Amino acid sequence: MRKLLPVETFEAIKPRLKEFKLTFYLLNRNRLTMIAVITVFLLVLIAILAPLIVPYKEHVISGTNPQEKLLPPSQEHLFGTDELGRDIFSRVIYGTRISLETALAAVGLALLIGVPLGAIAGATGGVVDEVIMRITDIFLSFPPLLLAILIAAFLGPSLTNAMLAIAVAWWPWYTRLIRGQAVSMRERQFVRAARAIGTPHFKIVFGHIVPNTIAPVIVQASMDLGGVILTAASLSFLGLGAQPPTPEWGLMVSTSRNYFLNAWWYSIFPGLAIFITVLVFNLVGDGLREVLDPRTRKY
Amino acid sequence: MTELLKIENLKVNFRTFEGVTNVLNLESLSVAKGESFGLVGESGAGKTTLAYTILKLLPIPPAFVESGVINFEGENLLKKSEGEMQKIRGKKVSMIFQDPMSTLNPVFTTGQQITRVLQHNQGLHKAQAKKRAVELMNLVKLPDPENILSKYPHELSGGQRQRIIIALAFSCGAQFLIADEPTRNLDVTIQAGVLQLIAELIRETNVTVLFIGNNLELVSLICDRVGILHRGQLVELGSIKEVAKHPAHPYTLTLLRAIPKEKREKIDLTQIALKAEERLAEKGCRYAGRCLKKEKICLEEEPALKHIGGTHYIACHL
Amino acid sequence: MNETILSVKDLVKYFPVRGGVFTKAQWVKAVDGVNFELEKGRVLGLVGESGCGKTTLVNVLLKLEEPTSGKVFFEGTDLFNTHGQQLRRLRKNIQIVFQDPFWSLNPRWLIRNIIGEPIQVHLKPPLSQLVKMVEDLLELVGLPREAVYQYPHEFSGGQRQRIAIARALALRPKLVVLDEPTSSIDALSQAQILSLLMDLKNKMDLTYILVSHDLRVVHYMADEIAVMYLGKFVEYGDAEAIFQKPAHPYTQALFKSAPSISVESVNDLFILPGNVPSAINPPSGCRFHTRCPQVMEICSQKEPPLVKIDRDRLAACHLLN
Repeated sequence: MRKLLPVETFEAIKPRLKEFKLTFYLLNRNRLTMIAVITVFLLVLIAILAPLIVPYKEHVISGTNPQEKLLPPSQEHLFGTDELGRDIFSRVIYGTRISLETALAAVGLALLIGVPLGAIAGATGGVVDEVIMRITDIFLSFPPLLLAILIAAFLGPSLTNAMLAIAVAWWPWYTRLIRGQAVSMRERQFVRAARAIGTPHFKIVFGHIVPNTIAPVIVQASMDLGGVILTAASLSFLGLGAQPPTPEWGLMVSTSRNYFLNAWWYSIFPGLAIFITVLVFNLVGDGLREVLDPRTRKY
Repeated sequence: MTELLKIENLKVNFRTFEGVTNVLNLESLSVAKGESFGLVGESGAGKTTLAYTILKLLPIPPAFVESGVINFEGENLLKKSEGEMQKIRGKKVSMIFQDPMSTLNPVFTTGQQITRVLQHNQGLHKAQAKKRAVELMNLVKLPDPENILSKYPHELSGGQRQRIIIALAFSCGAQFLIADEPTRNLDVTIQAGVLQLIAELIRETNVTVLFIGNNLELVSLICDRVGILHRGQLVELGSIKEVAKHPAHPYTLTLLRAIPKEKREKIDLTQIALKAEERLAEKGCRYAGRCLKKEKICLEEEPALKHIGGTHYIACHL
Repeated sequence: MNETILSVKDLVKYFPVRGGVFTKAQWVKAVDGVNFELEKGRVLGLVGESGCGKTTLVNVLLKLEEPTSGKVFFEGTDLFNTHGQQLRRLRKNIQIVFQDPFWSLNPRWLIRNIIGEPIQVHLKPPLSQLVKMVEDLLELVGLPREAVYQYPHEFSGGQRQRIAIARALALRPKLVVLDEPTSSIDALSQAQILSLLMDLKNKMDLTYILVSHDLRVVHYMADEIAVMYLGKFVEYGDAEAIFQKPAHPYTQALFKSAPSISVESVNDLFILPGNVPSAINPPSGCRFHTRCPQVMEICSQKEPPLVKIDRDRLAACHLLN
């Protein structure tokens, strides 16, 4: 968004480094948030380094190994093995990558659609506002999971389609959030000042309004990352998302249902992975809410 | 006269990203029963912080009280628990805030809000509370009380809202009233009426007042005695006559000189310090950085309040 | 006689209050027939209570709102009948300094970008030149050149107001609207800002429209004054004459209700009864008659015209005819 203004020089970056340090200071004030932030970093690291971490790379996709099926956790197989004798630990680690990718892509896409639409609607008002908001209303009148299921079913079951379905179900929430903020920004004096100067409308929307309304959206989006992982898992669980043999957590939980009684580890570990990821993203979102609030930033 | 409020060695700090800053440092300040005491200073001088400290409404963190005693009727408010404070706030000490719109809840009618406070604080029945609410509207000279009470805050004008706030502040017979720039956002024509109302209510109820303002002229209309606050410290203290007519501290002089008076009479900028120093100096007078008469001692030693006649005190080496 | 920089003719701005299914649409008469001419190099003080239409009038002059009817001429060019290149050139000449130093600067932008915005929009210079221009502007308003790479929140209220002034002056405008320029800053900063504004006016040959409810500020700055009540001028003319002897009862009330060091007791303040009536259904006849201390019978029936009452000024009151 800052690209609309001149290219940065080093002096211009320095004050931003200070802002960054302040953000860290504020995050650090709350221990729980800091733990969650560190966990998120760990998750990202795990996702990136997955090929190096996993002990049984070949087990991730295929590697059928009937002799070792449904073994309980042991030294060789930390989380035990599944019905095809694959190492669950390896699959859960790889699942981190898939879940984070899906979540980031889905939320990113939803933001990409939702934020500009909301900002334009709120900043422009009139007919434009009316049309954009009535369209979002149509989307909002479906429960997001149901809508995602409908779209995924329509597009056909695959992980990419599940991701698209989630993005389509999610963007209206961001549109509505941004739009409300943008309406109140429209009357802010710096926006009026920009209009008085003659700044073009699109520069006002993306240079003034979006940067000042994005904070609650970032908070919402980081919490939604957890929600999206859960939804993706649900879609996979219902057979509308990832297809076997993809090591997706939801899919793993779904398959484990048949073996639940004699192989508890099969469902517990992928389930735990979902639980922890969703939890830390929510905690980070909560922490960001505090950090991004200008009232706390003042001190 | 007996002292109602006595503050000693009060130090309030803010912990920030850049370190700890002191925002309030009061050696000694007392307000006698029945007195109206005014506090004047620029924004950031610590006026509102003092009000919040007395009511224990400071946001902690980032603020914290380093040391000090706030005696109210002989009891230290700083030692009170939250539960005990709730019995004091609104009942013994009440406050009029700057911004009436954010003090009133937008989703309830003014009548609902007033009767709820009355029911809660004074244990009145609903019918009694309603009757009392009407009396209060008459007290603050709002015509057609029933109509006003049935309205939501946004349906009222700024002046009417501020009168409602005043009514709430006087509703429970508090002995001590803190008024934090109650006319800040009002037009002059409305301000005049609100000021007269406050003055009249003070006279009638004999309440003790801490009146916070950002200019001496306004405060002098309400108060008997005034303190000038500069960066958390009292620099001048005395009766209105003493301070307004014979200001002694260089800061007070500057404040009075800064008011534009006649047409194009050049405001003498040489008499007005050009910038506020960003950080507090380690030692010396806090005004030294902006003071035009500063001498060597000002940079080294912090001046204490000294008596200069009558009830007039200043904190200055000169 | 100086040349006229701004002339406003029969300016009217109504806002619709949308009616429901069963109710008729109504109009808020924010500005209802305003006429004035401003000479180059003069300062016009615009005075009135909140809700009197000052802000709307300013918004129209800045082209933030379209007028319902009437015309505004800037140096002879019709502001609302100009397009394209010519309009852009016209717009550069009229700038504004807002009241609230907290919200008038985008909190997420560097000072370079805030002051540089108008330059960027109109001149599109290369970066190094832009930075130099911003630094020069900072110096002009008495701030250190190093401030370019700081954020607004690192400055005090008075300093932020200087930044806002620098931004307004970036394009070398001819007319600057000062919308309550000192109402949210402290007395000391106010004094500094006021004298800065007067210095800049002389240095850059500016014309000001000063909107303020602080009469002392208006007295200090203005050459002429317009007192507004419910969308109309009730008194308009030479500042000194009006301050010496306000003619309209509303102007008198405004002057007598402000506290000053010479007012001894709170009871000496003059109190104007009631509130500003709704601008949807303004009172009949003279709009001030519902609160006027000297109301007569004719006041509620016939609207007094704004006429010359002495050499220096106009007023709209039946008492003065």
